[in-house]
Parts: sequence; structure tokens; C-alpha cells
Amino acid sequence: MQMTAEHKESKATGPATATRDIYIPSERVAVSGGGTPHVVAKDFSIYYGDFEAVKKVNAEILSKYVTAIIGPSGCGKSTFLRAINRMNDLIPSCHTSGILQFDGEDIYGKLTDEVLLRKKIGMVFQKPNPFPKSIFDNIAYGPRLHGMTDKKQLEEIVERSLRKAALWDEVSDRLERNALGLSGGQQQRLCVARTLAVEPEILLLDEPTSALDPKATAKIEDLIQELRGSYTIMIVTHNMQQASRVSDYTMFFYEGVLIEYAQTAQLFTNPKDRMTEDYITGRFS
Amino acid sequence: MNLGTRKILDNSFTAVGMGSIVVMALALLLVLTPIVYNGVGAVFFTGTIEHRTMLYKEYGRGDSKTIEAQSASADRYRGEAYRMLSGFEAEMEAMTPEASREYRSKYAPVRAAMSSLLGPLPGDPQPMLTRFHYGQTRWEKAEEKLHDILYEKKWDYSDPTVMAKEFYVPRAEAFAGTKLAPLFGYVDKHLADMMQPQFTFYWGFFTDRSLDAHIFGGIWPEIQGTFFLAVGAMLFAFPLGVIAAVYFTEYAKEGFFTSILRSANSTLAGVPSIVFGLFGLAFFINTMKVSESKSVLAGSLTLAIMILPTIIRAAEEAILSVPKTYKEASLGLGSTKWNTIATVILPAALPGIITGGIISLGRAAGETAPIIFTAAVSVGSAIGIADVFSSPTPALSWNIYNLASEHEMASEIRHVQYGMVLSLVSIVLLLNLSAILLRAKISQKLKG
Repeated sequence: MQMTAEHKESKATGPATATRDIYIPSERVAVSGGGTPHVVAKDFSIYYGDFEAVKKVNAEILSKYVTAIIGPSGCGKSTFLRAINRMNDLIPSCHTSGILQFDGEDIYGKLTDEVLLRKKIGMVFQKPNPFPKSIFDNIAYGPRLHGMTDKKQLEEIVERSLRKAALWDEVSDRLERNALGLSGGQQQRLCVARTLAVEPEILLLDEPTSALDPKATAKIEDLIQELRGSYTIMIVTHNMQQASRVSDYTMFFYEGVLIEYAQTAQLFTNPKDRMTEDYITGRFS
Repeated sequence: MNLGTRKILDNSFTAVGMGSIVVMALALLLVLTPIVYNGVGAVFFTGTIEHRTMLYKEYGRGDSKTIEAQSASADRYRGEAYRMLSGFEAEMEAMTPEASREYRSKYAPVRAAMSSLLGPLPGDPQPMLTRFHYGQTRWEKAEEKLHDILYEKKWDYSDPTVMAKEFYVPRAEAFAGTKLAPLFGYVDKHLADMMQPQFTFYWGFFTDRSLDAHIFGGIWPEIQGTFFLAVGAMLFAFPLGVIAAVYFTEYAKEGFFTSILRSANSTLAGVPSIVFGLFGLAFFINTMKVSESKSVLAGSLTLAIMILPTIIRAAEEAILSVPKTYKEASLGLGSTKWNTIATVILPAALPGIITGGIISLGRAAGETAPIIFTAAVSVGSAIGIADVFSSPTPALSWNIYNLASEHEMASEIRHVQYGMVLSLVSIVLLLNLSAILLRAKISQKLKG
């Protein structure tokens, strides 16, 4: 790794990340009702056993915007994303330090109910993972979990969610069919719809198009644009073009450190950090 | 290694593999053929008038008019034979004591064989045991008896260097010139007239109670007992096993305690079944006193303990094979751990769990050793569902063993034993087949 001058400087004065400011992008893209800090990280670190996978991140994720997280493999971007709805709890050796807040409440607080948290912070995974149930049951799974039994209400939610995920027209006549019969792209949009059905506030997308062909990828990207402004969206992606196409803000992670966080246009055209520049120009990956 | 050698090696491995499969198929054929052939013989056979009379008298089955007509016809031919016997008996009375004594000792086996063939002879008192109330019920057995009547078995000890050889001497020679002499030719000629052989489909073999320790009748008590024991074992072992598997896979933290539990489970799977049988007797009956003595309940509990490790293992494998993504998806939607297990993981693991369960059910149905001391009796009637807590029951596995080794007339009723074997094999096969079908159906549903 080639250290920039700035890095060397900060290293001299203390831990590499301790002196960084909280990144708050200065210029904001207009989205009505958005722009307030939705998720806030303060000196937030994630460890797998002794290994520090994410190092003292300080950042604010703004509501109703699309924030992309880029970086080379193993840089901790997925780990950071999965920390936000505590999916990392599934890994026994995983623990955190510092503060991560959602709407001002501590995500890793002792009193936090992770079940309630995950209802508000939905997640779509790298590989489409519909349940081996009917399309209807897949979408209705979340609402049913949270106590909805009325058939009519469920039907409404299913239709609304599928419409939001731009899948309704393709599957409205076969809701009783098994979801595993859909194509990969459709399955992934179904997963988005399934997440939307529980009416989350934040949508976490963990490389949602890495298993899809370009056509299906385009549809998912269109969908993200549709949902922008209604939900706070965070998307982890390997594809820098995708990040520049769909996001308002972009975070660049390298070896667990949040190197740069800025407006997407600015980060891609005029990166402040040498490493960001090297990465987006393809000098390393 | 050059290409030629590699190809030869590859091909020889294929050949060895194919060869072992062929050997296995042949072995299976070798085992199953006699079972099926002889087992079917318990249901489809050539029955005599004695069989039909027995069925009518003991089970009220059959058409009385036909049976009476056939009986009357058979009795006409039997009457002639009976007259020869009584004529000879009168003749012996008139002989000198020495001659009479000599003839008597030769006559006794003839009379016994006739009685065995035709049932109690005229003038004999009614025997105590049901097995002596009737003559030979099966044609092939009647033919064996005929041979006993016609020939006397003797042993040839002339050459001391080899084992004695058996040979047969016609009895007719010994009685030449007496009133019994024509009997042998007569019985030989009119056996069919006296026995009225007829092709019989005795479906009652599967639904009738047994009579006089399986000499006559069916095996319903055994089938029902096997069913009770196996289902009872499943009722205990299946829920317990699945819950344990869920605990192992989803809740248990890897540690000393868990690894002890795991290895205990593996060890339990390898314990010989007779040990489980003794454990069942010592623990469930003597210590826990679940019943006064042997009972279906105690047997089911013992079988349950025996199949528990298999069920746990199968369910664990099935749960572990559920894609992790299902769990993530469900938890990501705000589901609790328990909800995720109940609504996503268990349904997806169901085919594997059910397969393990049904294979265990087959094993429980077929095991003998665990029920010897805890549940099985050799002779008994079908018990009601309310009696399972207190009564022992006959069961196929145990009665097969009993008929093969302990029954006093084992060699006379091999067909019953084979019928039981065939029933047990069929039940286990059916269970396994249903497991395969059920699994295929559920997997199909899951795949979409």
C-alpha cells in the first residue's frame, strides 16, 4: 500500500484514523425531507476475534439519499453494511467498539431489540435468496411475522411492494407459484419487494447485482433510482460505474479504513485522497 | 503415469465398481427370492378340506353348503380307509399275543400318521389341543404325511466309515396278507379324494388372530403389535430428536459440554440393540416402573432411545444443509430466531428430517433385541389401544425369531414364519418407499 502524505502525517500524530474528521459531505443534492443524519458512526470499529476488520469509522449517512460503499475485496465495506442491522451477530466471533447510532439510538446498545431494528433496517443480499415458498408468501412473510393476518390487507401490501419493486407486471398472474422458479433478476427484485413489505426506513443492499446479468442489473439500478427519496439506501458495490450511476454519496473503504466520503460526482471526478484516485482509476483493486 | 496406464486404471476401477454392484444385486436376489417365494406360500397355497373346515369352524368363514358337500365327498373315501383300520384292529385282537404285539408296534406309526393326515380317527376322544382337531390343512403337507404312511424311514449303518444313510422301506410289505395291506394302495390312490385339494387365497393370514400358537390362523396380532411399537417409538423419539437437532445446530455454543453431548450421541448410535433391551428392562420397567411388567409402552420407550441418535443425526444434517441465506433473509426481515427456525429452516429441512424419521421407523419395526425383555410375547391376541400402557404384545420381529428357534412345531409351520418375514420386509420396504416419495414430493414443492 502506498501511503499518501496525509496518511503519514496523521500516523505520526497518533492512530491512523483517530484524527480524521467526521465526514459530512458539504454540498447536498436536493431531496425533499431528506438530508438529516440517519445513521451515525463515531469511532466505530468491528472485530472478527482479534482482527480489526473496520477501523474507527466516523461518518453520517444522510436520510433519503443513496449512499454507495466502494473499495477492494476484503476492505470491510460489507462488514460495515451488515453492522448497521446487526447481521454480523450471526458470526460468533464478531464484536464492535465505538458508537453506531440509528435515529439517535445506539444500535449496539444493551437495550436495543435487534429484531425491531432489522424491521426498520431492511437488507437485500448478494445472492437472491427468496424462501422456497410462493411469491405471495415470500412478500407476506415479513408482515405476517409482525402480526398481520388479514388476507385483504396482506394482498394490498403484496401488490404495493411488488409494484414498488417493479415486479408486479411480471408476476401478478402467478403469485401462487414458487419464487424459486423466477429468473435471477426477478428473484432479486422479489427480495427487494419482500424487504419493502415490512416498511423499513433504511434499505441496505449488499452487492445486489453481483450475481445478475447486465439487463437484470439495469433493472435493479432503475429500481434504486425509483426508491431514492423514499428510503435511505446504502449499497455496497464492486462496480464503480454502478456507484457513480445510482448514488448521491460514495464512501471509499480501504483495509477497514474509511478513506474518503463525499458527494459521488465529486469523489469520482475530483477525489481528495490519492488512494481514492488510484482506486477509481484502476491502479489497484 | 502415461495415458495408456491411466486409461487402464480408470477402466478397471469402473469394472470393479460395476462388479460390486452386480454382486450386491445378486446377493439381494438370493436373499429376497426365498423370502418372497415362501412368504407368498403362506397366503396362496393348495388348501385341503381340513383347512376350509377349520376356517369355517374357528373363524366362521366360508360357505357352509359347499364345505358340507365337499366334506361328505371326502368322508365317503375316508370311510373306506377307516374301515380298513378298524378291520385290522379287530384282526389283531384275534391274533396270538406275540404276533399281535409285533404288529401293534408296526401299526402304531401308521395310525398316528393317518390321524395326523385326516384328523381325529372315528372313536378317538376329542384331543385337548386345537392343533390336533384337524388333519393336514395344506396339500404339500398332506403329501408329506402320505409318504410317512407309505414308507418307513430306516438307517443304513452297514459301512462304519461313513455317516449312516437313510432309506425308505414300504410299509405295505410288513402288513402283507393282513386286512391293512390294501390301505396303502388305497390312500396313495385316493389322497386327493380324501383331502379335496383346492387352490386357496387365504387373505385372512394378515387379518386373523393366530390359533394354538400359529399352527393355524393369521398374524394380525403381530402386525398390529409391530405397528404399535414402531409408531409409539416415533411418538417419543421424533419430536425429541428434532428438538435436540435444533438445539445442536442453532442454539448450542461450541464448547466442552456440547462436544460431550455430541460424542455421547454418536456413541449411543453404535450401542448394540440388546444393550438397549436390557437397559429398557432395568430402567423403564424395574426403576421407572412405567408398567408392571412388559408392555408396549416400555418397548416403545426402549426403541425410542435406540433410534433417537439416528433421528438427531439425520435432522442435524438436514438443518445444516438449509442454505444460510434463508436464515439471513428471515432475520433481515425482523424475524426472531425461533420464528426463523419454525417458519423457514424447519420447513426447508423437512425432506431430510422426514427421511431420517421414516428410516428410523423402519428400524424400530424390525428390531428384535430391544423388545425381548420389554414388550414382546410369543403368543397373544391383538391388544386394544387402551392396553398399550399395561399389556405386552406379539410382534413380527420377535415372533419370527420364536418360530425359527423356539416353537415346538417349528418345522411344521415354516410357511407362517416366512409369511411373517415377508410381511416385515414389506412393511419396512413400504415405509422406505413412502419416505422416498414424500421426500421427492416436498423437495419438488420447495424447488417450485
